[in-house]
Parts: sequence; C-alpha cells; structure tokens
Amino acid sequence: MKILVTVKRVPDPESSIKVNPEGTGIVESGLKWVVNPFDEIAIEEALRIKEAQGDVEVVVVSVGVSESQEQLRTGLAMGADRAILVKADRPDTAAVAKILVKLVEKEQPTLVILGKQAIDDDSNEVGQMLAHLLGWPQATFISKLTFAGDKASVECIREVDGGMETIAFALPAIITADLRLNEPRYASLPGIMKARKKPMEEIDAASLGVDLTPRVRIKKMAPPPARTAGRKVESVDELINALQTEAKVM
Amino acid sequence: MDFNLSIEQQILRESVRGFAENEIKPVAADLDKNEEFSYDTMRKMATFGLFGMFVSEKYGGQAMDYLSYIIATEEIARVDGSHAATVAAENSLGIGPIYYFGSEEQKHKFLPSLCRGDALWGFGLTEPNAGSDAGSARTHAVLDGDEWVINGGKIFITNASTDISAGVTVLCRTGTLADGRPELSCILLETGTIGYTSNVMHDKMMWRGSNTSELVFEDCRVPKANLLGVRGQGFQQMMQTLDGGRLSIAAMGLGGAQGCFDLALGYSKQREQFGRPIAQFQVNAFKLADMALEIECARLLLYKACWLRDNKMPFSKQAAMAKLNCSEVMYRCANHAVQLHGGYGLMKDYDVERFYRDQKLLEIGEGTSEVQRMVIARHIGAL
Repeated sequence: MKILVTVKRVPDPESSIKVNPEGTGIVESGLKWVVNPFDEIAIEEALRIKEAQGDVEVVVVSVGVSESQEQLRTGLAMGADRAILVKADRPDTAAVAKILVKLVEKEQPTLVILGKQAIDDDSNEVGQMLAHLLGWPQATFISKLTFAGDKASVECIREVDGGMETIAFALPAIITADLRLNEPRYASLPGIMKARKKPMEEIDAASLGVDLTPRVRIKKMAPPPARTAGRKVESVDELINALQTEAKVM
Repeated sequence: MDFNLSIEQQILRESVRGFAENEIKPVAADLDKNEEFSYDTMRKMATFGLFGMFVSEKYGGQAMDYLSYIIATEEIARVDGSHAATVAAENSLGIGPIYYFGSEEQKHKFLPSLCRGDALWGFGLTEPNAGSDAGSARTHAVLDGDEWVINGGKIFITNASTDISAGVTVLCRTGTLADGRPELSCILLETGTIGYTSNVMHDKMMWRGSNTSELVFEDCRVPKANLLGVRGQGFQQMMQTLDGGRLSIAAMGLGGAQGCFDLALGYSKQREQFGRPIAQFQVNAFKLADMALEIECARLLLYKACWLRDNKMPFSKQAAMAKLNCSEVMYRCANHAVQLHGGYGLMKDYDVERFYRDQKLLEIGEGTSEVQRMVIARHIGAL
C-alpha cells in the first residue's frame, strides 16, 4: 500500500506575525518556518499505519517554494520513505488540489492523508477539493482511523459539532486529520541522519499541465483590532444595562 | 562566510527542543528536588538517539558532526542542566576516549551498548587531591603477568554509579619516566571487577538529577588488553578528550543562558508592577538586552570552535575560550533572570532557581575558569 501525505511550510505558530505595510500579506523575513502542525499529525498517522501493516510506502509531498524541502526533510526524518516537492509560487487551494490530482494519478496511492487545514490561511479546502476532483470518498476532521480486516475499507470517527460521527467507506480515499488523531513523534537523531539518503523528487508545477490561475485574490490583509481596556461598572444594574444597550448581548 | 545551519541541523534543533520541552522539562524540578537520576528519561533520551551522536555508524553511532552534537546539548541544557550533564558527559567523556583511542576490539566491545544508551561509562580523571593539577594523580596500576592491578580512587565522576554504569576509563600511574615524571596511562575498568566500588555522591548543590560518583579501586585486576591506546599517553588522551568536552560544557552554558533568558523575558512581559509589565522599565529592558547580546556572542564563538573542529583545524584555544565565556555568560544571565523574577526567583517553584544553582558547576567542571585562562594564556604565548 502507498500513502500520500501532504506537508505545508507555515510560519511557526509561536512567532509573532505582522502584516506588511502594503496590507497585502505578512512580513516573511526573519520568520521561523515549520511543518503545519496538522500535517505532522497526518504524517504520524501514515507512519503508524506503516508500522502496523508493514508493507506500506509513505510519500510526503509539498506544493510551494523551494525552501519547503526543509519541511519535507522533517517528514523524512520522522520516518517517511520519500518526498516530492512541486515548486509553485503561492498557489491557491484550487491550484494545490489540481496539482495533487496529477500526483495521485502518477503515484496511485491507496490513501491520501492531509492536515485538516494549514494554520497560516486556515482555508480548510484542499482535502475536500481533492476528493471532489478525484471522485473519491472523504472523511474530514478525523480523530480515529481503523482499517477493516481485508484492508479494502476504513472506518473513521469524525469530530463534528456536538459529537462524533462514525463513517465507513471503501479505499482509495481522502482523510484529513484533526488534532486528537494522534500525538506526532519527534524526528529522532538516527531518523534525521537516515533522511539525508532518502530520495526527494522536484517537479515544476508548470510541467504538470494544470491551470494554476488563482481563483482567490487577497484584496487586503489587516491585523485584528487591538483590544481596548475594559471598564469598571459601579453596580449590577449598570452592568446589565451596558450588556443590553451597548454590547447588545442580552 | 556562511552562518546558515544545514537542514539536518535545523531539524535537529527543532526536534531536540520539542523532546526537551515535552519529556524533560515536566520532570526536571522533581528530579532536582529528590536528587534522583531518572532511568525513564535516560531510556527516552537513548531511544531518541542522544548517545553516540558523533560516533561512526559502524559502532552504532549517529555519525553526526560535532556542531550537531553541540546543538543537541545546548537544547537539552535550555530546559535542564542535569540531563544535559548526563548527555554531555556520556558523549564527550564516556564514549569519546574509547572511540578516539580504543582498539578495534575495544570499540566493538563497548561502543554499541553505550551508543544505544543501554549502558553508561565514566571518565576517571579527578582525584581527591588531584583536581586542576590532574597530572598529580595517585591512582596507580602495576602490570602483574597479563593483568593490570589498579589501586587508588577517583572523585566527582559523572555516570559511573548508576544501575547501568558498565565501567570507567581510569587515568593511572603506570611507571616513572627517565626524568622522574610519572608515566600516565588510561585503563578501561569494567563494573563487576573485584575490588572496584562506585558510590553515588549525595547532597550536591547542582546537577542533582545527574549521577556523580566516588570510585575506590582495591587490587582491581583487569586484563592487560584493557589499556587504552598507547602506554604513557594517558595524560595526552585525557587532555584531548577535555578539548572536546569543553565544547559540550560550553554548550551547557549557552543553552542554560538561553533558558534563563527565555524564562526572564517571558516573566518580565507578564509580571506587572506600577501598572505595567516590568519589561517596560528601562532598567529591566536593558538587562534583557545585555543577556541577548551576550548569548549571541557566546553562540558565535562556540559554533566557530565547533566549525574549526569539524574542519580538522586546531580548536583547543577556542574551546577553552568558549567554555570560559559560555559558563560566565550563563552566570550573568542566571543572575539577571533571578533578579527579574524577584522573590519568586528564590523559590523552587520557578525554574530559574535551579538554573542559578546548576550554573555554578560550569565554572568548575572540566577545568575551572582559572584553568581555562591558563590554557588560553599559554596559547597566546603569555605564559
């Protein structure tokens, strides 16, 4: 079995993000970049399947700038077998999904695991678009994945509003990982050294013959308004009045 | 010039930082309080690959460069000195001499289990009356047929009295040279040898989660083949080992200073007095600025020393400079960090209290600051 796992290079969630003066994006210089945390969970799940089932190849794939190979190396250091970097300049979600379709056609994986969303733009779209374009079943926001005995189908528990939903479907399929699916491992030191010898293929997105024209245009980016100081009220009556007339929450 | 770390080194730093934050930080304070060596974190560190980092794969190591080893040590020290001590002492002092000076047979016999972290190995140099004057060691070994008979004792030996300590490299007098000076040689002494006792030393001020030992040798008989390298080369072997070891002590100073800075910055931005975060008072902001500056300089010097070593250039002077500088930078950073924490910094509930104590060893172990100045002074031709 082959599992394709997507990896996105995103700013470290612990770094402080500033919007650039033009309001077109964030200031990228000096930022620390990491593997999208939900993608780490996706990698971990693929590695656990490999460890449980044995004959599984885990391929990590990233669509983006050349530097994304750092994040792919992290995936290889965690234990993935090989990597594919599709070089593309700021593709939107639709373009990424179309590129992934080409890779799926080429690689013929049984399972594609993605993080439920990337923590940079929080679009939460690529998995769903990919499933639609391929006509494959999908389970988004999953917190548990179980293979059937014949390994031809899986059962997933999805985290939905107000509870859990259990669904089962035949493979091949698309899965997107939620926070509670697993706890990702650290890349061990031997793993980091082994990763140096693992293959990384580089493909130019333009060579795949897909329409990369952006469907989404960022018109303006602005930081959230700074929180203003609170106000002290003298009495409960004044508080209720403020909640009713000013905040309009009661 | 290129100050970029390789992709592997960047991944290594991130990964070790995550490991240290999640596996070591939560237990460090309790281990310190109880003066306990943790076999649980030892196992985790071993599985993670923190032993045998610069050793060739042939003997079970990770075959990383020395800078990678230093970065890993730095990141462990950023959260806890005791665990960094276990790692640094084991790699530089336990594994190092066997790897660099051992015979093929000795390397194949001892290194795989040490690199797996199944066993630990000590470095027996210091004696109760031979500290900075290490050459005056009294422990002696006499050849009797096919065996060395060792008598004497060592003190302050890291990793030598745990349940998994497999032995110790002992610096012994093995004779007298023509000019009357002692002939010094290193001999590998295995745990279980009759007459060998290793006792855990208690009531330490610092590194309380690491293992420190007092060793006694009473007519210990070890095979002649346990001589490490060439007879009479013991002191040179020890000094060369310390050149590399100093880089790892420097890494502990650098990582510890970074840990102090991170704690101090975080606390200063959150603690409010006189209506605003204390970081916004210039007197405090300048302390933090000084810490950041000193850490940056210390890192540049240490990494340069590692770069020299990795490129097979002389690095002994820079190793002494980095060890001296990093340990003194941590001294000042720990002092500022406790000061910024005020009364809370004096309490064990706050990690800076432990950093303040752990720091002191760095100015004493593997050559005191005075000895480092002596080494540097000799290198520049002043002494």
